[in-house]
Amino acid sequence: MHNSKEFKIPIGPQHPALKEPESFSVALRGEKILGVDIRLGYNHRGIEKACEERSYVQDIYLIERICGICSHAHATAFIQAVEEIAHLAVPERALYIRTLVGELERVHSHLLWLGVAGHEIGFDTLLMYTWRDREIVMDILADLTGNRVNYGINSIGGVRRDISPAQVKDVLKAVDKLEERTKYYIEVATEETTIIKRLSGVGVLAYDDAIKLDAVGPTARASGVARDVRRDDPYAAYDKIQFNVITDTHSDVYGRTVVRVKELMESYGMIREILKKMPEGPIAIKAPPRRIPAGEAISRYEAPRGEDVHYVKSNGTEKPERVKVRAPTLANVQAVKHMLKDRFLADMPIVIAAIDPCFSCTDRSIAIEDGKSRKKNVMTWQELHDYSIKWHRERGFDPAEINRKFHKTMEGK
Amino acid sequence: MIMEVLRSILKKPATNLYPAEKLEMAEKYRGELKFYPERCIGCKLCMRDCPTGAITIRKVGEKKFEAEIDLGKCIYCGQCVDSCLKKALEITKHIELAQLDPKKLKVVFGHEQAGESPEKPSQGAAE
Ligand code: SF4
Ligand code: SF4
Repeated sequence: MHNSKEFKIPIGPQHPALKEPESFSVALRGEKILGVDIRLGYNHRGIEKACEERSYVQDIYLIERICGICSHAHATAFIQAVEEIAHLAVPERALYIRTLVGELERVHSHLLWLGVAGHEIGFDTLLMYTWRDREIVMDILADLTGNRVNYGINSIGGVRRDISPAQVKDVLKAVDKLEERTKYYIEVATEETTIIKRLSGVGVLAYDDAIKLDAVGPTARASGVARDVRRDDPYAAYDKIQFNVITDTHSDVYGRTVVRVKELMESYGMIREILKKMPEGPIAIKAPPRRIPAGEAISRYEAPRGEDVHYVKSNGTEKPERVKVRAPTLANVQAVKHMLKDRFLADMPIVIAAIDPCFSCTDRSIAIEDGKSRKKNVMTWQELHDYSIKWHRERGFDPAEINRKFHKTMEGK
Repeated sequence: MIMEVLRSILKKPATNLYPAEKLEMAEKYRGELKFYPERCIGCKLCMRDCPTGAITIRKVGEKKFEAEIDLGKCIYCGQCVDSCLKKALEITKHIELAQLDPKKLKVVFGHEQAGESPEKPSQGAAE
């Protein structure tokens, strides 16, 4: 290939290497990336708007579905904001249970990430092992909360399910098993030459850049930035639990791997401590209010991928006036751009995967900008509908016709 | 790593041969709903709190109510069970709810048809 020629390749919105639709436009010279243009917005689901049309109770379940992996993170961040506005004193035991589910979720998320990272560098054995072991924590979550994902453990002013002494024992047993496996993964991560060689020096984000680009979570911590909401602004029961904020100075994908596996070990310690310290008592306040007094609150939560921020504004009714979500991936996306510059195209999948991106969580709003006049405009649903029909007709399809045919075939069946 | 791989070759598979081997769900897993028409007072609190509008309570006679649950819409959150003050709803661990015909996903629990709804009665609902 000629090294002198510059060209652009689009990766996505639909691409076999992407798990979610997202558009990356990569400028290349030969194999080298000159710059990446990331366009978000293909996964916009209108959840924030939908929240305004539902009651707080219903919103918990909707918010929880922002992300399948850090569902508890979003639900807790939201509910904390609501509880702050309404000045609800959540019982101690409920806070501990939230923390417990939060840490179990971190364990499952980090194990999942480790597998995905292995997969992206062609090390599928690691994927199989970690995902097998991840089932242990998934089963525990299903047992504690009633579901493997979207746990639905939070309710306004508490949690919905208590944890029994038998379950405590099960969790401890599972944690022992997981700890043993994680020790093995630490060994793999620190001794396996395949991993070290493939991940070292890839996707470098120096300390200063991490600060400047506002990276969050393991991405920031792997660059030596000790940033962790659990310690900086403790919520739930984190102020009563001992733990270390893991950092690393490798500043590359390898460092991010090390941070995550070590965080797993921290989480096991925390889970044990939570179970030991968990006080007796009620798990939710009596008669949680349906109407939330007017006010606003911001709540932060350290999701497995980094800081998750929720903003809730209430107006005294049963429904929130505004809900705003800033998922951790959005904070890290700019860092990805920086990490990819001047690197090889082949590093792209693992560099993107290393921030553990969740594009569905990130996509929040779309403003359509007129290319020429740079004027932003907002379309109503009907306008958007008409625009799309016009767009397709100009290109020779008639969506209405296709729709009719589709329904006919479906009914004929 | 090599040793671990060799050891794994000798182990039995980590996966189950579903559906030949049935999966046992956790005791309090949130699966299909069960409705006890005799306990329902028609207050519709469950309908108000359901995030997806999957449940519909209809009056079918003097103090008699039936529930229609759209299994395709239901997200199995169990909020309706929490909202019901009369314990007329219960969540079971029955999870095999897939249907080829979308119409069959609408399940009606009523007085007369209790047990002979288009779905087979929920398994694992026994307390
Ligand atoms: S909340 Fe319970 S009692 Fe009220 S309508 Fe629903 S099922 Fe019936
Ligand atoms: S389980 Fe949830 S989604 Fe299903 S009917 Fe009940 S409230 Fe609605």
